[in-house]
Amino acid sequence: MIKSVMVMNTQGKPRLAKFYDFQPVEKQQELIRSVFGVLCGRADNVSNFVEADSIFGPGTRLVYKHFATLYFVFIFDSSENELAMLDLIQVFVETLDKCFKNVCELDIVYNYSKLHTILDEIIFGGQVLETSSIEVIKAVEEISKLESASNAIALVSKSVSGWRSR
Amino acid sequence: METLFQRDLDDLIKGIRQQQIKESLFISKAIEEIRREIKSTDLPTKSAALQKLSYLSSLHGADMSFAAFHAVEVMSSPQFFYKKIGYHAVTQSFNDDTPVILLITNQLRKDLNSSNQFEVSLALECLSRIGNVDLARDLTPEVFTLLSSSKVFIKKKAIAVVLRVFEKYPDAVRVCFKRLVENLESSEPVILSAVVGVFCELCLKDPRSYLPLAPEFYKILVDSKNNWLLIKVLKIFAKLATLEPRLAKRVVEPICELMRRTEAKSLLFECIRTVLSSLSEYESAVKLAVVKVREFLVDDDPNLKYLGLQALSIIAPKHLWAVLENKDFVIKSLSDGDYNIKLESLRLLMSMVSESNVAEISRVLINYALKSDPEFCNQILGSILSTCCRNLYEVIVDFDWYASLLGEMVRIPHCQKGEEIEHQIIDIAMRVKDVRPALVHVCRNLLIDPALLGNPFLHRILSAAAWVSGEYVEFSRNPFELMEALLQPRTNLLLPSIRAVYVQSVFKVLIFCAHSYLLHKENISSVNTDNLASEVPESVFARMSCENSDFATSEAPASSEQHDSFNPRNINQSFGDLSIENGGDATVSNGQASTSASLGRNSFTHESIVNLFNIVELALGPLSRSHDVEIQERARNVLGFTDLIEQEILNPVVQGEENLARAETEASRVVKLMCDAFSEELGPVSTSAQDRVPVPDGLLLKENLADLETICGDIQLPLSSSFSLSSTPLGEAVDISRTNLQSKDETEPSHESTSLLAEHRKRHGLYYLASEKSEGASNDYPPANDPMSQDKLNDDAEDLLKLTEQSLAPKKKPNQAKPRPVVLKLDGDEISIAAKKPELKGDLLSGVVQDVLLGNDGVPSSSRSNRSENLSGKSKGKEKLSTDLSLETKENVPGEKMPDHVNTSSRRSKHRSHGKERRQKGQGKDGEEKEDNGQKEKRKSNHHRGKHKAHQRADEPLNVVAQTPVIPDFLL
Repeated sequence: MIKSVMVMNTQGKPRLAKFYDFQPVEKQQELIRSVFGVLCGRADNVSNFVEADSIFGPGTRLVYKHFATLYFVFIFDSSENELAMLDLIQVFVETLDKCFKNVCELDIVYNYSKLHTILDEIIFGGQVLETSSIEVIKAVEEISKLESASNAIALVSKSVSGWRSR
Repeated sequence: METLFQRDLDDLIKGIRQQQIKESLFISKAIEEIRREIKSTDLPTKSAALQKLSYLSSLHGADMSFAAFHAVEVMSSPQFFYKKIGYHAVTQSFNDDTPVILLITNQLRKDLNSSNQFEVSLALECLSRIGNVDLARDLTPEVFTLLSSSKVFIKKKAIAVVLRVFEKYPDAVRVCFKRLVENLESSEPVILSAVVGVFCELCLKDPRSYLPLAPEFYKILVDSKNNWLLIKVLKIFAKLATLEPRLAKRVVEPICELMRRTEAKSLLFECIRTVLSSLSEYESAVKLAVVKVREFLVDDDPNLKYLGLQALSIIAPKHLWAVLENKDFVIKSLSDGDYNIKLESLRLLMSMVSESNVAEISRVLINYALKSDPEFCNQILGSILSTCCRNLYEVIVDFDWYASLLGEMVRIPHCQKGEEIEHQIIDIAMRVKDVRPALVHVCRNLLIDPALLGNPFLHRILSAAAWVSGEYVEFSRNPFELMEALLQPRTNLLLPSIRAVYVQSVFKVLIFCAHSYLLHKENISSVNTDNLASEVPESVFARMSCENSDFATSEAPASSEQHDSFNPRNINQSFGDLSIENGGDATVSNGQASTSASLGRNSFTHESIVNLFNIVELALGPLSRSHDVEIQERARNVLGFTDLIEQEILNPVVQGEENLARAETEASRVVKLMCDAFSEELGPVSTSAQDRVPVPDGLLLKENLADLETICGDIQLPLSSSFSLSSTPLGEAVDISRTNLQSKDETEPSHESTSLLAEHRKRHGLYYLASEKSEGASNDYPPANDPMSQDKLNDDAEDLLKLTEQSLAPKKKPNQAKPRPVVLKLDGDEISIAAKKPELKGDLLSGVVQDVLLGNDGVPSSSRSNRSENLSGKSKGKEKLSTDLSLETKENVPGEKMPDHVNTSSRRSKHRSHGKERRQKGQGKDGEEKEDNGQKEKRKSNHHRGKHKAHQRADEPLNVVAQTPVIPDFLL
């Protein structure tokens, strides 16, 4: 079971935080901070695993990957394989890369809800359901289409009312 | 109008990034805005506000509980765009305590039945994250329907959501389990991976229930080419194989095959882990796995190196050879740049520790700790300490060495392990009699160093050192020096509680000195000067070696008998050192001193004693006005004592020889009494000792407190020698009067409380080890000539790799060695060491799963009736049997004959039949009817099952056979 997924930049600013067990917001912030506290002390050429027992309780492990200005962090328990999780981070990042065409931190900052949509297609309630980025992108595109279709009416009405009031 | 000026999420993010004003201020302004907007009746405005709020809550920790109802509103919008925002907010912020969670049931049901697969997906995601008991129960029929959805996109999510539903509402197993199992044969890889993922999670919690599914998993293990899937199946088998040896035998070959064949490191590692953790009896498999581990270790990728080390630590307890084979890597990794790898190799190194190499490994690690950063340094110290004290110091043979090691640790600049070292110093002092001289010496070195007082991390160690020095002062080579150390000015840096320990130790040292001085005097005044040289030290040491508190009575035989048994090394050593160390400061008044023995005796001269009293009074005077009661009280005790005997001891000059002898009898009597009080040896007390003393029948703890005193006074009757119940290490002062009382009244039995006393004594015999018993315990240890590689201790310049060659390889041990000293054991210690039996928890889920699985697969009736027989005795009288099922009953339980048992078994089958009925109905997609079939009855049956389970567990040993689920034929 995956406990949590975090994306944060190298200054410790969270860009995405998802907890599959409910955590109160204060606790969430604290967890994000302590994860960053661990990660920022680690050099680049060291292993990608961190024992997270002290942060998330016994038996939890943390895998992270450092891309440019971002840390991608997955926290999980003993029913996941460490190397497989590392691959999964790769899948997640590849998917982002395909969705945003050379993803950078700004894309992630401004596409908060799309980021969630993508992640939800890969991890469902803590379980990994899809490991193929092609399938993920297919689903995400359909969802986006559906969103914009249902939103079109609202957008039009908004812009029209905006036009009029000018 | 509102919409026009409203900021959407993008604007909010931009605003935060621009940070014209302080971020927190900006956010609180934004939230104010959101609070206003979210009340809008306009859906776009409302949903935009909600989206912003979700964002702020997730990434900036803003509270969004106030918006719970608004989230429900947005989520029920027919337009997907808003619905998604609503679902996102609900999923993120709701939990069991959210009151409006009950409002979403209908909306979820509606969306689960939607024809739009993405709406279904939203609802499923929501259920999998926030599903509680009510939601899980109410939506089980919908989930059941979706499990057979034709769309893979829906089906995989429906399968995954089952995990949450089962967890919250175990009865859903009766409905959904069969359909879940069917999917194990799915040809669609995504579905298969989802369902195996669910079983992997379920197995983790309770593997036994899923043993009957082993054939399905086995098929996947052999057939599948999907690494992800194989990893999950391996995880399942890692759990199942430990429960069923036949299954282990069956899977070991396919797993080895996989290990040889696979290219994927993740799968390879999972195979290794499975073999090492669950299939460690299979030699060839383990060997293969260790070869693969070695590949990991030599890899350049730090990830693989780390995992390789981890794999070694899994196998270390069972196959230490695997670690030894790779010891070079392990030790090299100790200096790796990666903290994780260093830590892992430290752990492995500690797992290699044995009696023969503990000294070398510790030496290397201590040297390493000196060089490393504070954090790792303390990790090293911590693991040395915990390894060495494991199972009552089982790896330590030479405790003198260990005492000096502890002393050395204190000197390491980064040492922060005060608490552990404190505990161990006191612990070994109490448990291991032979280590005391060495330990006292180590403690003296710590106490006299003023620098250590400046480091607050070490204060607790100093407290232990002070206690040991006071308690075992008779081993001290120079009590005067010790006294100065205990009273040095910098002790005012200590915490009051530790200072109190120091003062108490001063008291003990003072009494020891006074006593020795008086003995010496007596002997001088006695006529027989020839015997003098041997008599004095003998009587002093008689006290050391004498176990019993009753010094006075045992003195005569002890001095003659125990002299031989007393270790001569100690005498020589201490006296030899005394002569060196005292050379400067001890006033040697008599020219006759020529032997070292007489020099030692002469250190207790009149001048030195006077000097001692002066120092004590000078130092403790201010403390008697201390604000801390502990310090104040103890200081006053000491001062009271000095007042009492000072005049008689210190003014001999004015008196004549004869007067002197008479006058000092009073003082010497007091000193002797005090000395006896302190010579009572303190033994270790088991942590659970208190609990195990039951309250006697007639005893009312809150009454007759006055009588208690007489009882307590007698508890200490020295019937079982060295253990005292009531004296804690620091609280002896309280015991003085009691012990005095006791030594007087020793012979008379106390009449008032004879019966209680007898009971107490009985319990003493039971719960506190008598000295004979502790010697008996020592027989468990290796015999006296157990070897110990002394020669290596001296080899200081041990180089890391040299260590690997020498100490870790099995080698011939030299014959000459010191016997391992006795380590006292307590009953309670063993309890804490013994591995705790895994507790069987009354898991509702596993009960239902077993029920369903057994029902499906057809249990042999013998085992079932066996079960009910066990139940029958206990569940009689609670029967509320509905007789209309009795026909069915008889059919279901053919082997049942005894009338007594019919009741229970029929009830059991009733439950099962219920389960079946429901399943059948479920298959008929008759959700509505199931509802009216009655939640009540469902619950009731579940309740009964729960009770049954509890009974079964109560008589667990009987049930072992019956509980083992059916093992499919293919395994046999």
